[in-house]
Amino acid sequence: MTAPRAWRRFTPGQTAARTLARLGLAAVVAWMLARLGVRWEWVADAPTQIGDLLGRMFPPEWAFAPALVDPLIQTVNIATLGTALAVFLSLPVAFCAALNTTPNRGAYALARFVMVVSRSVDTLIWALIFVIVVGPGSLAGMLAVAMRSVGFVSKLFAEGIEEIDRGQVEAVAATGATRGQLLVYGVLPQVRPVLAGVCIYRWDINIRESTVLGLVGAGGIGFALNEAILGLEWSRVGLILVVILGVVIVSEAASAYLRGRAT
Amino acid sequence: MLEVTALDKTYPGGDHALRAVSFTVEGNDPVFVIGPSGAGKSTLLRCINRLVEPDRGSVRLDGEEITALEGAALRAARRKMGMIFQEFNLVERLTVMENVLSGRLGYVTLWRAWRRRFPPEDVEAAFATLARVGLEGFEGKRADELSGGQRQRVGIARALVQRPKILLVDEPTSSLDPRTSESVLRLIVDLAAEDRIPALVNIHDVPLARAFARRILGLREGAIVYDGPVEGLTDEALARIYGGAVLGEDAR
Ligand SMILES: Nc1ncnc2c1ncn2[C@@H]1O[C@H](COP(=O)(O)OP(=O)(O)OP(=O)(O)O)[C@@H](O)[C@H]1O
Ligand SMILES: [Mg+2]
Repeated sequence: MTAPRAWRRFTPGQTAARTLARLGLAAVVAWMLARLGVRWEWVADAPTQIGDLLGRMFPPEWAFAPALVDPLIQTVNIATLGTALAVFLSLPVAFCAALNTTPNRGAYALARFVMVVSRSVDTLIWALIFVIVVGPGSLAGMLAVAMRSVGFVSKLFAEGIEEIDRGQVEAVAATGATRGQLLVYGVLPQVRPVLAGVCIYRWDINIRESTVLGLVGAGGIGFALNEAILGLEWSRVGLILVVILGVVIVSEAASAYLRGRAT
Repeated sequence: MLEVTALDKTYPGGDHALRAVSFTVEGNDPVFVIGPSGAGKSTLLRCINRLVEPDRGSVRLDGEEITALEGAALRAARRKMGMIFQEFNLVERLTVMENVLSGRLGYVTLWRAWRRRFPPEDVEAAFATLARVGLEGFEGKRADELSGGQRQRVGIARALVQRPKILLVDEPTSSLDPRTSESVLRLIVDLAAEDRIPALVNIHDVPLARAFARRILGLREGAIVYDGPVEGLTDEALARIYGGAVLGEDAR
């Protein structure tokens, strides 16, 4: 008989280190919670407040619905035109940001910079900026959506470009085609399905984003929502929230359908 | 006339793919390049039309030095060389007609290429070339709907519609079954003869090369070890190209 063999996943030293790490993590979380400045009496009151709010929103003021048609159309238009503009701007950015099509390092760096700027500023902040630049309304909203989307679209699009079959492009190059012709004839046909998928996906996101743009004056249904909240018209707020939910569901279904068809 | 002189190529990875390769293609007879895998056959063709940059040496087509060209001049030179690929390399999501017409890209503007508005004479030439490769009526099909043999015929049409001075053909049959291989190779050789242009054809299959070639270039480890008529391709010559030990039945 041999003695039973001992086995430990961790050495005693490792176990001590892991315990310390957990204690440290717990301390950090506790400190963060303390810094939140939670007013516990308000939190305790929250269920009553929710009940009260829902009570005031219900039933929604259905008669107000006709007044929402125009803001709703604006919202869809902001998202759609914004997406279209973003895709148009994304094409050159993506070609510069893909390693296999970029003309030079400078263009590559610039395109990557454009992507980072676009993606690091939220749509609402873009909207605030454009409300100042072009005044309140749907134009500001559309530009904000476009600026925010360029980074997203061109990033995914550039990734698609990097995955194309080089052989097909080489064959076009061998005929004596120019750089531009290579892109149009050898690259673009290969990435078209990716492009279509990304467009539809981003359009879906933009529908949701453009519902809040009105909060900062950039047009659409968010504008009506803001007015109703400021005017304490809670049953209107209820109606608007229902309408937004409906639009998002419809756009999601539409994009799922279109994405299925695009491939 | 194609004159290749002392062409040398080492890849960044360190593979010395071509070693002082020199030969001349005169007249319109096809020249077949054989050699083991990795001998540098593809590199040789790609250095001729500069899909790969050679390190040293010279390539002249009808007296024009290709290795010195840049930009528009290089593109103009490429128009004179039609290339046919092992993997066909058609733009898969485009139609047969668009693929054939890509052979005319060197002659049209970007704007026309974008809108697919090729001059009527180019469209006419594309239809005629499709008929020559036996694909009449296929113009509207998408390339990814075709069989391998049909794809390679489109590849041949794309190269021929350039009206090149020479065909560069890289293992045109390696992705095809034996019967299709033979008909595709026959088509390339016959059409090149009709157009009175030479073809430089890389090929793995020695019996197939014997069946079609009059002149053979043997490449081994980047160097030419045989250059002569097909009749001179003795066992001894094959051993020089492929190395004695690996010379099996099928190499004869
Ligand atoms: N793009 C590349 N980068 C680095 N090395 C390469 C590249 N292409 C080819 N090589 C190397 O150069 C050498 C010659 O390759 P090449 O493709 O020209 O040979 P080949 O005769 O065409 O072979 P095969 O019959 O397998 O097609 C090989 O050692 C290969 O690994
Ligand atoms: Mg090869």
